[in-house]
Amino acid sequence: MKQVSTRPKSLKPNIFHYCPGCGHSIIHRLVAEVIDELDIRERTIGVPPAGCAVLAYNYLDVDMGEAPHGRALAVATGLKRVLKDHVVFTYQGDGDIAAIGTAETIHAANRGEKLTAIFVNNGVYGMTGGQMAPTTLEGMGSTTTPGGRVAARDGSPLDLTQMLAVAKGSVYLERVAVNSPKNIKKTKKAIKKAFQVQLDGLGFALVEVLSPCPTNWRMSAPASWEWIDTTMSKIFPLGVIKDETGYADRPGDES
Amino acid sequence: MSDTGAKRLMRGSHVLGEAAVLAGCRYYFGYPITPQNEVPEYMSGRLPEVGGTFVQAESELASINMVIGASMAGARVMTSSSSPGISLKQEGISYLAGLELPAVIGNMIRGGPGLGNIAPAQSDYFQATRGGGHGDYRCIVLAPASCQELCDMTVKAFDLADKYRNPVMILGDGMIGQMMEPVVFPQPLDPASLPPKDWTITGAKGRPARAIISLLLDPKVMENLNFKLVRKYDAISQHEVDWETYLTEDARLVVVAFGTAARIAKGAIKRVRDMGLKVGLLRPKTLWPFPMRPLEQMSRVVRHLLCFEMSAGQMVEDVRLAVNGQADVHFYGRPGGVVPTPEEVAHQISHYYYQAHLDQAGPDKGPGGGGRS
Repeated sequence: MKQVSTRPKSLKPNIFHYCPGCGHSIIHRLVAEVIDELDIRERTIGVPPAGCAVLAYNYLDVDMGEAPHGRALAVATGLKRVLKDHVVFTYQGDGDIAAIGTAETIHAANRGEKLTAIFVNNGVYGMTGGQMAPTTLEGMGSTTTPGGRVAARDGSPLDLTQMLAVAKGSVYLERVAVNSPKNIKKTKKAIKKAFQVQLDGLGFALVEVLSPCPTNWRMSAPASWEWIDTTMSKIFPLGVIKDETGYADRPGDES
Repeated sequence: MSDTGAKRLMRGSHVLGEAAVLAGCRYYFGYPITPQNEVPEYMSGRLPEVGGTFVQAESELASINMVIGASMAGARVMTSSSSPGISLKQEGISYLAGLELPAVIGNMIRGGPGLGNIAPAQSDYFQATRGGGHGDYRCIVLAPASCQELCDMTVKAFDLADKYRNPVMILGDGMIGQMMEPVVFPQPLDPASLPPKDWTITGAKGRPARAIISLLLDPKVMENLNFKLVRKYDAISQHEVDWETYLTEDARLVVVAFGTAARIAKGAIKRVRDMGLKVGLLRPKTLWPFPMRPLEQMSRVVRHLLCFEMSAGQMVEDVRLAVNGQADVHFYGRPGGVVPTPEEVAHQISHYYYQAHLDQAGPDKGPGGGGRS
């Protein structure tokens, strides 16, 4: 009999607390698989955010240090400047990285910090119960935009990853999604590349992952996958936003 | 560059930086604000000489969080700022306390509130000694009154921070930071010679993965951490209180002052001593833990205390708590960055001295005593 799937070594055997249909559990697993494949578990330090993924240290079996809301990339800067030969990554939501932590994010990228940021964009503040995020789409309802987000009143959805492209220190920026098996494979490839950029000491790398939040989107899980395709990715188009790695695509990266 | 043993004439802000380097600090994260810009400027040149790292952060928020990261990795690390910048750092200082991370924070107080001015003040005593950020916690607060003491206290701050896994604040002011005095520096300490820390996050190699967290959702677990912190703070209060007395043996009135104010008070006391007034000084060197017992014991003998601060009156509350009604506590303060002269303070001392008829009374009269009837 052939074993086709197993729990990654870097993933603890704990049951996820995330809601049914939530993208975090998929993204956690992808991060763990990549850490295993690059064989960096013993020298990796993760920085979880304030947000739904604040408990990431219950699942990822690597050293982790908790940051205040929005400050993950500043904490990660401190860690990496001391542990130059280690791998330091942040795992942040949209409110964390693109609202309260905008300054820390832009300046970490601009300094070219050799860090990997996993930016989970679900267009909403999940943990606090579904308030408007910087990435909430126009017209999209939230508990603080009950009639839908209105640009003239609330601003438009902020494309943080696009903003980071103008920072000279950012080397690799890609937007992916975890709403289909095909997209999940692409997400893993992007995450692996973002860690490789750090291992090669090239500069700042960030992967933005469009991630379903069926609970706060008031949708079924399948409807949320479809909504990412039909609506969310129209405002946040998938694909490479910046790639100055000089890497040729490596065979086997698709696995 | 470090020339140990010999006296060197140096500016306070540079002393803070040099002493930190000699204490094994190799990481400094800061942001410019007057009157302490010479600290980041000094560290930007000095740290690379010893293989250290200086980062000018985008804000005080970022710099204190970089301190958190470096401390998590086990390094001796420092930041510094002045009042408005320290307000911004308070979030991170609360996290340092909650995560039980050692760090040293220099604070050269300026006049406030708000943007205030850049003149020396002591108006952030409450902020420093009460924690400053959210939650039940304390910073160890050291208050130097000279550049030599700034040097010695900076070295001690790193030891205390590591010993108790707690943030330590060096509370100076624009005067301490800007003035130049001769300083004898200690021998440099090699950070590699420090005892290893068994709680850092440096990769889960040969041990289970660790998480350094302060999110404790179960109130019982959170309460346990709070009680653990309380026990730590009790131990600090028991072992680390430091103060100095000056001419208190025969004193009928004792001035209580710290830092720059204590230097001014000494000048004032010399003047009133020349006039025959029996006046001494008690100078807290640790503001938290505060010298409660020394003050309480003194108040059994000396029934008149004059608390002098460069603020509208903050430490005076701790003085009143310490003496608990056993002595009359008077207050004189100049807030807003005004630095009074020794003559002005001498005038205030003699005012209270004669008003309480201390020139006639013995030193053993009770509170409110001294001939008023």
